[in-house]
Amino acid sequence: MSEFFHMFSFHFMQRALLVGGLISLCAALLGVSLVLKRYSMIGDGLSHVGFGALAIASALHVAPLAVAVPVVVVTAILLLRLSQNSRIKGDAMIAIISSSALAIGVICVSVTTGMNTEVSSYMFGSILSLSRSDAILSAILSAAVLLLFVLFYPRLFAVTFDETFAKATGTRAELYNSLLAVLTAITVVLGMRMMGALLISSLIIFPALSSMRVCRSFKAVVLCSAGISLGCFVIGTIASYMLETPTGASIVAANLLCFCVCCIVGKK
Amino acid sequence: MAILTCKDLAFSYDGSTVLEGVNFTLNAGNYLCIVGENGSGKSTLMKGLLGLKAPDRGSISFGEGLKSTEIGYLPQQTQLQRDFPASVREVVLSGCLNSLGKRLHYSAEDKKRAAFNMERMGIEDLRDKSYQALSGGQQQRVLLARALCATKKMLLLDEPVTGLDPIATGEMYNLIKLVNLCDNITVIMVSHDIHAAARYATHILHLGQKQLFFGTAGQYRESDLARRFLGGNRL
Repeated sequence: MSEFFHMFSFHFMQRALLVGGLISLCAALLGVSLVLKRYSMIGDGLSHVGFGALAIASALHVAPLAVAVPVVVVTAILLLRLSQNSRIKGDAMIAIISSSALAIGVICVSVTTGMNTEVSSYMFGSILSLSRSDAILSAILSAAVLLLFVLFYPRLFAVTFDETFAKATGTRAELYNSLLAVLTAITVVLGMRMMGALLISSLIIFPALSSMRVCRSFKAVVLCSAGISLGCFVIGTIASYMLETPTGASIVAANLLCFCVCCIVGKK
Repeated sequence: MAILTCKDLAFSYDGSTVLEGVNFTLNAGNYLCIVGENGSGKSTLMKGLLGLKAPDRGSISFGEGLKSTEIGYLPQQTQLQRDFPASVREVVLSGCLNSLGKRLHYSAEDKKRAAFNMERMGIEDLRDKSYQALSGGQQQRVLLARALCATKKMLLLDEPVTGLDPIATGEMYNLIKLVNLCDNITVIMVSHDIHAAARYATHILHLGQKQLFFGTAGQYRESDLARRFLGGNRL
């Protein structure tokens, strides 16, 4: 038991819990809209692009987030535009972009530093990788994501439920789709350090899917997925400390468990 | 006084014209049915009226202070919506979207209007039910209530009875007629159901990549076009 309380005395744990908690909330809120709009794969694609950007940044010895955030934001907007207009369908486009970015990242890493622990932490996440400046930037950005989501909630609901109706009433649906994409991009990049490029998309998809099994209104789904996301994050992080398992993977495992429980409860 | 005037309208996709020569005028309280085969330009005209597609030629003008963003629109349902977790109240309230203006959230007045329209459509008991758990007819009534929240003057309905059973279809038509007569709301409906169109509508617009007929329902019933379209059976 003393070990349990002891872990909260470490600065890195406090930092990880604060930043991770904020990011989990963001991911859960955005996830509801993304899953409902059938954009789930965008999170996955963006995380691979984020990996490529981080690999290049670390090869060039520049601040990783300063490179990755703008690159991923631009990709997110491009993906959204392309999936609407281009001849290559959205899912195929995401697959192309994500594997290409991963390939470029891997090549870049192997040519310069080689597969070191830093690169591995980008892939699978590490709670130790969060520097102080990263933590501050992450906290500010995720607070902004939360604020924007709350402010534009009625419009985001309308655009998610029925884009045509929203457009017909004069709402600029493209603007709110872009807003969603940008917020998702920021969340993905911030969450990647902790969860890893390969696991971050689950943070977006799982809580939304779990809460959709048990809730019947949009507001309830949003609130419930925020709660599930936060709960699974805390449980996963504590478990990873106690059992010495990787953080990202433990959080995903907690989410999977929660999803199974929600499926059983929702059946009744 | 005309509430809607279309003058020599033409639309095209990628340079090929899909609809041209549309000329008609509607007065407040009219009930227009737009009929025609698939690909005749019905949906295109509808997008044009909603301001979602710009016409190549001609003009659409609204009267009596109506704006294109103040039309109550009932779109065809998408697969996505059928399993969307939202309560009836949330869906109906989202019809007040165009009265938000610069405000971020719905006002007490918006909520009152949503409640009023739910009552009018007979769905107030369902307000906390999940939209996806409703029957097809109930879902359409929810969407009609939402459309009514968005307008005081004009409804635009895109095949509102598709997939409904005969009883729900009849109820839907009666609700639409009721709103049309009681509130003097102009109704424009795209429909495949030509018999119902001739029965409920005051005016008919028949399209076939151009305007084939516009006039009152009575005139339409007497026209050769209606006879041909119906395969020889008179209405």
